[in-house]
Formats: sequence, structure tokens, C-alpha cells
Amino acid sequence: MGKIQLRQVRKSFGDVHVIPGLDLDIEDGEFVVFVGPSGCGKSTLLRLIAGLEDTTSGVIEIDGKDATHLPPAKRGLAMVFQSYALYPHMTVRKNIAFPLKMAGMDQAEQDKRVERAAKVLNLSSYLDRRPGQLSGGQRQRVAIGRAIVREPAAFLFDEPLSNLDAALRVGMRQEISELHQSLKTTMVYVTHDQVEAMTMADKIVVLNAGNIEQVGSPLTLYHNPKNIFVAGFIGSPKMNLIEGAEAAKHNAHTIGIRPEHITVGDGPWEGVVGLSEHLGSDSFIKVDVPGLGIINVRGAGELNVHHGDRIRLAPAGKIHRFDDKGLAL
Amino acid sequence: MSTQSTRLAARFMVAPSVILLFIWMIVPLAMTAWFSFRLYRLLSPDRTGWVGVNNYVWFFNSPDFWLALTNTLLLVGGVLLITVVLGILIALLLDQPIKGQGVLRILVIAPFFVMPPVAASIWENLFMHPQNGLFSAIARGFGAQPILFLESYPMPSVIGIVAWEWLPFATLIFVTALQSLSSEQLEAAEMDGASAFNRFRFIILPHLTRAITVVILIQTIFLLGIFGEIFTTTQGGPGSASTTLPYMIFKQAIVAKDIGRAAAGGIIAVILANIVAYFLMRGIGRHLDA
Repeated sequence: MGKIQLRQVRKSFGDVHVIPGLDLDIEDGEFVVFVGPSGCGKSTLLRLIAGLEDTTSGVIEIDGKDATHLPPAKRGLAMVFQSYALYPHMTVRKNIAFPLKMAGMDQAEQDKRVERAAKVLNLSSYLDRRPGQLSGGQRQRVAIGRAIVREPAAFLFDEPLSNLDAALRVGMRQEISELHQSLKTTMVYVTHDQVEAMTMADKIVVLNAGNIEQVGSPLTLYHNPKNIFVAGFIGSPKMNLIEGAEAAKHNAHTIGIRPEHITVGDGPWEGVVGLSEHLGSDSFIKVDVPGLGIINVRGAGELNVHHGDRIRLAPAGKIHRFDDKGLAL
Repeated sequence: MSTQSTRLAARFMVAPSVILLFIWMIVPLAMTAWFSFRLYRLLSPDRTGWVGVNNYVWFFNSPDFWLALTNTLLLVGGVLLITVVLGILIALLLDQPIKGQGVLRILVIAPFFVMPPVAASIWENLFMHPQNGLFSAIARGFGAQPILFLESYPMPSVIGIVAWEWLPFATLIFVTALQSLSSEQLEAAEMDGASAFNRFRFIILPHLTRAITVVILIQTIFLLGIFGEIFTTTQGGPGSASTTLPYMIFKQAIVAKDIGRAAAGGIIAVILANIVAYFLMRGIGRHLDA
């Protein structure tokens, strides 16, 4: 079981209101990702759930029980830290067994669980090494192993992949997703990387300045962003946001068009190509259109345009409309 | 940077300082060894000559010698125990986020800057003095007899004074070591269900092993030669109750003016220091490796 509910949770450090009051339901077995720019309060929110920070006011319920004032160990949650926070003087085996030892579990059961976790995470041959002798990815797996042996109600991940290189990050992302598929345990995952959020989440919570901007499945957020912030944050390259006369034609203060919803060739807009990135499978180009600003365009396959070319663009596909407060129309 | 020629050049460059340091060390040592086998009394300069191991024999037969040896080791062990245990506890307190942390740290470190004879005088006259001391005033306040610290408990008193001087050093090293412990490790342990005591036992203490090793090694070097505090307070007494090896050598050299015997004592002290160093390095030296 791992149902977590937040009711009007607030957190202030002195006069700084990091989280000004927030409600959120996390269902049992869900993979929830908190995503937002740096300093939006997503890590603080995770630490509030973990119990590493005290809430200023509000209620945190875990499995229907008020856990607001419970110490971290009593909440039945396990956390994987950004720095992995492995114990450097202990072997991998002792690291993984540490929570079991602290719970006073007998040695035979400890060994059994450590062996099982090591097998799941491909760590069996490293059990007698120390964290200092492992690679980044292996350390990450030890940290996860230490979390899963406790069989917690939910896992909390605090930007666990940010210290890994790009290739390893993709691999670990898949491993964590597969782990979630096999364990079916609630996972709460914090990241500033919207690609991680899009690929892993059942439910994404977009945070900005301590407020929830929108909660929903990755594709809901992608196709129906509630406001300009979500529209701009989700999706890569960023959605084009256009104000002024062009927006007025659509009866909106701002309009948003995804880069893949713009075609190159014929069209009403004319501009000069700035940056062009050719990846083979995709082409990303930035076009400076007078009156509209820089427009991101994504073309499938190879687009034969280069820096300095003068091209014409046309919107083709969904146009998102926003009012003067930034809310979707 | 490690081609044959650069290594040769490096050796050539450091050679002068290495040679100078070697001379600095070997000349006094050789002279001490030389004197220790000779009859050399300042009060009878006309009688000189080789006496073999007589000076050493005198030391080993002197009843004070074994007492002094025990006292030296007691002093080193006692001060180490007090400074390491109290140092860790104070460092844990100082590591807490409190107001005025900077000022507090300077206050804690202050005793280290008081020179040994001054520190000993302060303790002798302001705290331990049977009439004027703070401790005797407290004792009298409770209607008890003042304790005659330096007369009844000379060694524990000296150990206390020296420990007070060295506690700041130990505390300082432990505070800096604690600051390098990542807070995420402690939080992870907290999530893993470790109580405050278990966090100390399994996370903080292992993290401090290297700092503890450094404190023990450095302090041992200095504590083996403690002299000023004894000279200022007990003068090695009552009787010889608080005589240590350095103090005994001092008595032979300056009071009895027997340079030969003092030199023999010096050589014995060097051998003792090497034995202590050997066991220390075997016991805890491995913690110094990364």
C-alpha cells in the first residue's frame, strides 16, 4: 500500500514561503513525477513527504493515517538521494542490509533479502566492494537496492539520475521504469528534466514557485496544457509562444504552436534560419521571423535548410490559445 | 612529469633540505648517545672518561625510573582518552546550527593559545589552590573539606590540566571532520530507521576514524615530552609521585648536573617514543590511507 495525500501543506523558511499551500493525491502503485524549474519547491515537497523537513501547516496522510508529525523512519517510505548517500565505510552488502539491521531483523532474513535485491539489480558480484570502488551507475543501483530491501510503502527519488552521463541516464531510466512495473509500488520522483518526466510518469505534477500548475498524464499535459507555464515547460524543443497581432487573429492574448506543428515550404510567415541541427531522424531549426520572434521548427527526417536561408513557414496542426492571464482558452 | 630525468632533477632539488634536516636530527642524537656512555658531571669537570653502560644501569636500577615510565604512559593515555571522548562530544554540540557559532568556536579554541606554564599556573592558583582556589570554595560551600589536588592526586591533576590544554585541538579537528560529513548520509540513515545513537555509532564515528587517528598521533608526539606543566605545579612530587621521564631527565641534567646520566635518559626516551610510535602505527596507522 502506498497512498499519499497532501492537504493544504505549507512550508516556509522564515519569511520565504517555499510552498504556499498545496493539495495533492498520490494513488497506490502510481509513478508520480514532480517536475519544475530549479527552486520551484519540488525537492522540498519530496522532503516534506519523507519527513526530513517539518511542515509549517497542513496534513500529510500516508495510507489514510496522519503522518504529518511522524519521524522519517516511521513513515514506511524509502528514499534515493541525488548524491546516492551511500555509507562509504561499509561494503555494498552492509549498505543494502543497513535498514534491515536497524529494524533488528535476524541475520538469515537479512542475507536472503540482500541476495534477492542484488539479483534484481545485477549487483551480486559487487556485494563485497565498497561504494568508492563502484561506477556511478552501480552506486545508483546500490542506493536503489538499499531502498527496495525494506519493502516500503512508497519510494521517493530525489533527482537520482542527474549525476550520471547521458547514455547511462537513459539506461537507468528504463531500469527504474521496469522496477516499477515489477514491484507495483508507489514511486514519487523529482526531476527538472521534462524528458524523464514524460518517459517515466503515470502522472506528472508540474510545479512552479511552490504551486501546482497542472496534474495529469504526460500526454494530457502535452496536448492540453492548462496555462502558458505548462505549455512552455513540457515538450522539447519548447512550444512557440506568439503574442500580439498574430494571436489576436485567433481571439487570444497568446497563441502556442508546437515545433512539429509548423511546416516548412509555403506559408504566411517568412524568416531567416538561425541555428539548424540535423540529427538524421529529425531536424531542429530556429527561424527569426520579423514580428513573431524566434520560431522553433521540428521537421521529421532531413530538412534541407541551413544557416542564413530565407524560408517560409506555415502553422499546421493544433494552435493553443491563452488569455491575458496565461490560462488556456 | 615522471620521466627519468625529471625524477632525477627532483631528487637533486630536494637533496639540500633533506641533508640539512638529517644533520639537524643526527648531530644532537649522536652527541646524546656519545655523552650517555661517558662520565660527564658539571660539578666535577676533572673526572671524565668512558663508563660503558653505567649511566643506563643507574637509570634502570633507580626506583623512580619505572614510576616515571608509568607516569609518562599514564599521562599520554589519560590525556588522549579525555581529549578524544570529550572532543567528539563538544564537536557534536558545536556542529549544531546555533546563534553565535563563530564566537563560540573561538572561545572553545582559546585555551590552546595559553602557554603551558601559564595554563598550569592558572589551574594551580585559581582552581586547585587549597585556600584561594575555586574548587576549594565550592567544596567549602557544601561544608566539605577542600581537596588537596596537587598533594593528594598529583598525576590526575596534571592529566586534567594537560587535557584542558589539548581539548581545543582535538575539538577543532573533529569539528572540521564533522563538517565534511554529507548531510544526505545522515538523512539516508534517518530514513533507514537509525536512531540518533545508531547514526552516531554507524555513520558519524566511522567518518571520524581518520580524524581520531590524526589527533592521537599528533598529541602523542607532544604529550610524551610534557614538562612545563609538571615543573610549574608539582615539581614532580610529592616525592616522585608525578615525575615523568622528561622531568626525570631534567632533574639529572639541571639539578644533579650529571650530563651523562641525563643523556642516557634521553636515549631511553627516544627508544620509548619509537616503541609507542611503532604500536600506534600498527594499531591505527592504516586509517590514514584513503
